[in-house]
Amino acid sequence: MSDDANLESFREEARAWLADNFPSAISGRGAELVGMESVSRDPDLEKWRVALGEKGWGTPTWPAEYGGGGLSQKQAQIIDQEMRKIGAFNPLPVMAGMGITMVGPTILEYGTEAQKQKHIPPICRGDVFWALGYSEPNAGSDLASLQCKAEDKGDHWLVNGQKTWTSGADHAQWIGCLVRTDFDAPKRDGISFLILDMDQPGIETRPIELIGGSSPFCETFFNDAKADKDEVLGELNGGWTVGKRLLQHERQSQTGARASGGAAAKVTLQDLALKYVGADDDGKLADPDLRARIADHLMKAQAQRLTTQRVIAEAKGNHKVSAAASILKNAASAVSQEKDELTLEILGHQGLGWEGHDFQDHELAAVRGWLSAKAMSIYGGSFEIQNNIIAKNILGLPETTQKG
Amino acid sequence: MAALTEEQELLKEQAKSWANEEAPVSKFREMRDARTEEGFDRGTWKSISEMGWAGILVSEEHGGVAMGHLTAGVVLEELGRQLTASPLLASGIVGASALALAGSDAQQAAWLPRIADGSAIVTLAVDEGPRHAPLQTKLSATADGDGFVLEGRKAHVLEGLAADAFVVAARSSGSAGDAEGLTLFLVDGDTAGIDRSRLSTADSRGYANVTFTGVRVGADAVMGEVGGAAEVLDRILDRARAALSAEMLGTAAQSFDMTLDYLKNRVQFGQVIGSFQALGHRAATLFTEMEMARSCVEAALTAIDEDADNTAVLCSLAKAKAGDFLHHMSNELIQIHGGIGMTDEFDAGLYLKRARAAEATYGNQAFHRDRYATLQGL
Ligand SMILES: Cc1cc2nc3c(=O)[nH]c(=O)nc-3n(C[C@H](O)[C@H](O)[C@H](O)COP(=O)(O)OP(=O)(O)OC[C@H]3O[C@@H](n4cnc5c(N)ncnc54)[C@H](O)[C@@H]3O)c2cc1C
Repeated sequence: MSDDANLESFREEARAWLADNFPSAISGRGAELVGMESVSRDPDLEKWRVALGEKGWGTPTWPAEYGGGGLSQKQAQIIDQEMRKIGAFNPLPVMAGMGITMVGPTILEYGTEAQKQKHIPPICRGDVFWALGYSEPNAGSDLASLQCKAEDKGDHWLVNGQKTWTSGADHAQWIGCLVRTDFDAPKRDGISFLILDMDQPGIETRPIELIGGSSPFCETFFNDAKADKDEVLGELNGGWTVGKRLLQHERQSQTGARASGGAAAKVTLQDLALKYVGADDDGKLADPDLRARIADHLMKAQAQRLTTQRVIAEAKGNHKVSAAASILKNAASAVSQEKDELTLEILGHQGLGWEGHDFQDHELAAVRGWLSAKAMSIYGGSFEIQNNIIAKNILGLPETTQKG
Repeated sequence: MAALTEEQELLKEQAKSWANEEAPVSKFREMRDARTEEGFDRGTWKSISEMGWAGILVSEEHGGVAMGHLTAGVVLEELGRQLTASPLLASGIVGASALALAGSDAQQAAWLPRIADGSAIVTLAVDEGPRHAPLQTKLSATADGDGFVLEGRKAHVLEGLAADAFVVAARSSGSAGDAEGLTLFLVDGDTAGIDRSRLSTADSRGYANVTFTGVRVGADAVMGEVGGAAEVLDRILDRARAALSAEMLGTAAQSFDMTLDYLKNRVQFGQVIGSFQALGHRAATLFTEMEMARSCVEAALTAIDEDADNTAVLCSLAKAKAGDFLHHMSNELIQIHGGIGMTDEFDAGLYLKRARAAEATYGNQAFHRDRYATLQGL
């Protein structure tokens, strides 16, 4: 059979399997059901998670031997397309926290056979939630200056120190941490990637409230916390390489999903502007200044989408992690933040409501969204750090600041 | 500040140390966390009044100190630095300006002394939708015997919950969009038919939506000419815009100082982050923008004091430039503080939220660029 014919028959198979397994009762309800806070899960959602997990289609391109789907990138796209058609969704990326987008791929790449057997199948089933312990109060952009330490105690590691911005740490089962295992080595050479069980007395979490309201982020404190001796991912003191690789996966996951307007973006800026600002006699937006800026924004957004598509096409449909992720991340956050600013401007004073019945839900969502999105150019390597990466790794300019 | 008189210098010092000690941003945060209904602290307002600032524009014969708009700007800038919430802008500047420019002798005698001593809050109720658009006024004033009946709704009225009286822009003839047919009324807040609902906003200040249902007022409530208020309303608004620009300049200047401080103290990669050229240049650009914005704000306030011909142009310039700078500065305040800037515990978010609300009030940058172009004959 030709490649195309194979894919067509796969499409049939996917369609049939989805028809049999996706509970139509939860069609289109992904975002509302799969919130991280949801303690009592919907029974239909639970059924769907189990079915998807058994089939391995929540992580379609991961190897089947560890619980993934064992499929090609193209087949994964087909599943995605067929899911969209019927309002189905993949709940696992949210249910697994950092497990699917970041930790899983890194374990698959650097883990020992035993680590893969232990950690990957539960991620594929959506059974476990992973947090990530990278940043510390004094190690943000300069991650390699981290101080949280793990001491070799013969049969285990003893961990002491603090992490911050650990998303979802308060309900995570596992955390992948960068810790210092050698204080005498140059700073990048004394770091290891250590996996810890969050369910132990030596770990405490404290939530961080953000400017947009409560958040999934925590400060996490380790006081004589323990990790199994065989939970170092990659080489001992080789954590910088493993950690950087994981960050590339993170960046890759932040290159435009939001900016390209997911299913949620039903109302366009144009619609909103016409509703709140009104049109002149020719039907043009009554505020020509705003009109010009919206047009400029729409052009930037389209350029950004086209660039994302081009980079993917040039990588031959293969979502490979590359230095271009820095360009895409910066473009995506700039476009997305600009959209939020324009939305707020369009809504005028109605866009500044904090709570209460005088504001519609979408108005309240706009102001909170605008505030939260300010973080897009800070996390996952800030705007400035991405530019440093572009200057150094793509343009070949000499490194001036990141001597480690 | 360029070329301040000795008196202005003294007042600036007084305002600065008072705001730092008595009404710092931590106090604003407390007020926010306590969810104070009115959106300001009565004790703070009392101190402001006792220092004479509530009557800073009010003539001496009516119990004020009549120090003029540039001087008022000096005070507002210092309060803007600490995000001090009070009815000073709404009542001491806008309400007082409305009465001075359009009030009858009787109205002035009744309200100006009370504005000056802080015992009454008089606010302007102009916009009816989410955006600043005075000519779009629809709230109707229908002649009824020798008085009028007001019917309609005003949105996002500053200090609308606490106000003792409203200066209401109403339409006595014509239709939305016309300059002709606007009339100002001075309406006691207790008048039957007035209903207020408090708004909870991102900047945690005092705003209310106010509805007027069959509100009956006498002929003595009219301010100025029936149907001919457009021009004086514009002049009142220009005073409001220039004063708010001064407050915004203060908010932005404080954001700048906080950022500069962080650039000099936060260490990453073994050096203070201000040593990274990417950030140093941004600080330099912001500083340049700040100097330009300051010139525009001072020029507008001075023009009002001198009753200059180009006052309107300068007021739109000031609001647009202060808005641009505050917008840019508040975004950089967050970005340069990195993750810390995103936390509620740190003050950056309070400045960012205030920035957008102040931008939208009395016309945003787009509104004033358009007005500026029109005034320049474009
Ligand atoms: C909402 C949110 C979610 C996050 N989630 C996580 C998470 O899940 N796990 C995790 O480990 N971390 C997370 N972080 C932390 C994030 O990675 C850091 O905030 C980020 O790396 C920046 O570090 P910092 O905040 O310490 O800023 P700093 O490093 O102190 O930077 C301050 C400013 O200086 C600039 N700067 C620093 N160095 C340079 C340089 N060499 N050249 C030019 N400019 C420079 C920065 O760009 C920034 O503007 C999150 C942060 C936020 C806000």
